[in-house]
Amino acid sequence: MKKHRVVITGLGVASPLGLGAVETFEALVEKRCGIDRIAAFDPSHFTSQIAGEVKNGNVKDCVPKGYRKATKVMAKDIELAVIAAYHAVRDAGVQTKCLVERGEAQAADVDSTRFGANIGAGLICADLTELAGALSTAAERPDAAQDRGFSLKKWGTEGMSNLTPLWLLKFLPNMLACHVTIVHDCQAPSNTITCGEASSHLAIGEAYRTIERGAADICICGGAESKVNPMGLMRQSLLNRLVTDSNENPAQACRPFDKDRKGAVIGEGGGLLILEELERAKARGARIYAEVVGFGASVNAKNWLEPQADGRGLALAIGKALKDAGANPTDVGLMNAFGVGTVQHDASEAAGIRNALGSDAGKVPVLATKGSLGNCGAGSGAIDLAMLTLAMSRGVVPPSLNTTIVDPACELNVVRGDPTDCHAELGLSVASALSGGQTAALLIRRYHA
Amino acid sequence: MTRRVVVTGMGWITPLGHDIETAWKKILGGESGIAPTTIFDAGTFPTQFASEVKGFDLRKFIGPDYELHKGVSRQAGFALAAARIAWDSSGFEKAAKLDKTRIGVYLGGGEGPMDFDNFTAAAVEGWNYGENTLDAKRWADVAYKCLEKVVEAEQDPNMAAAHIAQLFGVEGPNFNTLTACAASTQAIGEATNMIRRGDADAMISGGCHSMIHPFGVTGFNRLTALSTRNDSCITASRPFDRTRDGFVLGEGAGMLILEELSHAKARGTKIYAEVKGYGSTADAFRITDIHEDGRGAMAAMRLAMQDAGLTTADIDYISAHGTGTEENDKIESKAIRGVFGDLSKKVPVSSVKSMLGHLIAAAGACELITCLLALRDQVIPPTINYSTPDPNCDLDYVPNEARKTKVRNCLSNSFGFGGQNDTLVVAAFAD
Repeated sequence: MKKHRVVITGLGVASPLGLGAVETFEALVEKRCGIDRIAAFDPSHFTSQIAGEVKNGNVKDCVPKGYRKATKVMAKDIELAVIAAYHAVRDAGVQTKCLVERGEAQAADVDSTRFGANIGAGLICADLTELAGALSTAAERPDAAQDRGFSLKKWGTEGMSNLTPLWLLKFLPNMLACHVTIVHDCQAPSNTITCGEASSHLAIGEAYRTIERGAADICICGGAESKVNPMGLMRQSLLNRLVTDSNENPAQACRPFDKDRKGAVIGEGGGLLILEELERAKARGARIYAEVVGFGASVNAKNWLEPQADGRGLALAIGKALKDAGANPTDVGLMNAFGVGTVQHDASEAAGIRNALGSDAGKVPVLATKGSLGNCGAGSGAIDLAMLTLAMSRGVVPPSLNTTIVDPACELNVVRGDPTDCHAELGLSVASALSGGQTAALLIRRYHA
Repeated sequence: MTRRVVVTGMGWITPLGHDIETAWKKILGGESGIAPTTIFDAGTFPTQFASEVKGFDLRKFIGPDYELHKGVSRQAGFALAAARIAWDSSGFEKAAKLDKTRIGVYLGGGEGPMDFDNFTAAAVEGWNYGENTLDAKRWADVAYKCLEKVVEAEQDPNMAAAHIAQLFGVEGPNFNTLTACAASTQAIGEATNMIRRGDADAMISGGCHSMIHPFGVTGFNRLTALSTRNDSCITASRPFDRTRDGFVLGEGAGMLILEELSHAKARGTKIYAEVKGYGSTADAFRITDIHEDGRGAMAAMRLAMQDAGLTTADIDYISAHGTGTEENDKIESKAIRGVFGDLSKKVPVSSVKSMLGHLIAAAGACELITCLLALRDQVIPPTINYSTPDPNCDLDYVPNEARKTKVRNCLSNSFGFGGQNDTLVVAAFAD
């Protein structure tokens, strides 16, 4: 069976540092931080009160006029995916139905039946204000100071009718892909991978395979998630994964691989890439950022809440990706690590990388973004891969904010302090789910025409 | 050379039974798993019945491993049990020299149910009735006290796949998809492609879900997608019948062991059937409606047959998505007519959702298992509660009684809310 080659021709990002991959990348190079005190709700009774929030960006500016009404049924996660998708197709110069209907293109230039989507998503949190508002109508004693009691009977008779009929659709994880495929008219295989922080990588890996085997010519792939809501923050807080002593200095809170790291910071963001079959990209004269050459996946879990100390699963995934690419560990010239900032996960990740790359692992420059962005969940991996792609094409690696002294337990060459020049041929990107442990590695190679 | 993918193990936990043969016998007998809801008090809900898994005890299935997995959600428990049955039926437990880095997991697993009592308690305590808004500070105070980390973490949809990897120590690719009602069909299709490509030698694949909880029923009731035939719930799931009024929520899990043919042969294990074809498309139409012409559904069926190297004449049975909603059944019938042309009047089409209810993310896997059993036993399961023909649904729905007939190849459809469509083709194994 003929294997098609797959290249990256578009990058779309909506992150706490800006809209568009370039805006985010340049902010990283300028050492800016997207983490601040939470503005979306009053966080003062949470142990961690900071987050990487996407403050700009209106989803209505990223859809056709006739679709603006549908944005009412989009949770923030869905909005971020739709915004990132718009930036991705614009960046790729692919004229989709959305751009035509927005008057930004003359005619669509993509065969919808060969245009796929694979968009990772998290467990979308219900809008607590909306849901609690409806639930509040079913309290037994709404006037009481406490112990108000929730009545399931009352919920059935009158409470639930306070929810909008389409309520459920705001929170189905597949709605990220559904809205994006409707807006841009993608009718080829469409999937929704829901594996926590590994979702983007698994989705991009699967999209790579889809084009490789000829089931699509072009795919929009990546992921998006928002953890910046009371329930999302509460979940991470209950799991003791968050920094709690830096509420007054959010820009210094998250310290990937640093010896003084104390936890993660929640974030939100979307990253979507355009993957394209090489000959198609060449035929339309597309700008080719890089070629996707390897993918591997495994599971890196001691149990479903904790990673393996030796990073065995991650090492397996990296090994499979290298084999897939026909590359040696020493060929890796640059990589991005997930570096979420918790003591345990960073140590496991570093061990896995070292086990896979061997004695030269310490030489590979490592790009880590969480100090600036926070943990954008299912969106993180694709944002990271977009940053790696730009770092390779521009020959400069932004530093990891707040990483000053690398923990001896995480002996990696984390780029810190100032941006570093780097001209790598082969780049590695990894991500792992904090809960569940799904893990994946992607390899991209500089493309030479 | 193309690597062929066969099924070497299967297991399910369904509203009609916790083992393959018991539930299959009931399905062939036209029994319904539907009854008044017992999981919560649905007495004031528009829909007061469901197709529940009864008398389930995870301990019976995983024995001493239970201690390690006891915090799992209801649906992940179903998944572990079904995977255990599938794994054991494949003979993997006794297999020597199994390379577990080459065995993966690909599920269509749903999200775990919310911690309803504690969540609603925190919500009403946190509500500021005076200003009619959420007091996030007060909510946080209450939530810190009553929510528990394990219950919250187990809601993540990737947890069932993680638990399964842990139970069997398998280190291959580990995926979860959640394309609503199409999820487990998509999972099996993608897992098949992984084995074909050589990324794994075997995959534990299928799905699990339970949305029979107050928020699940609320969501579907608000969408008016559920049947409200409270006075006769046992007959409420009536796919393709003119009097259908929505689907009936079910729950459960279905799991397959997919294996590369030579790998299966080398260990001399029983081969149930072959996964021959997979087609996946998006409607790209509306989030609330299926494309009027069944565009995406037709494309998925065609792609799956093309992938299998088969034509419409080779298909002896179509396991329909057949939810029992006005729209789905009409458009699915239209799509089958569009693809099968004149043959559409001859090919039997049935929906086991008439008996099992709609298992959402787990539906496709359980329905595919009924196809494998149809191939084995040369019998097609019926669509029960079929009494009044609908002019928009004019195919042979195998009404009310199972049918003995020749079955070589089956096609199974699953269409997700929002427009993700997946079709699988399975065939009796022939060397």
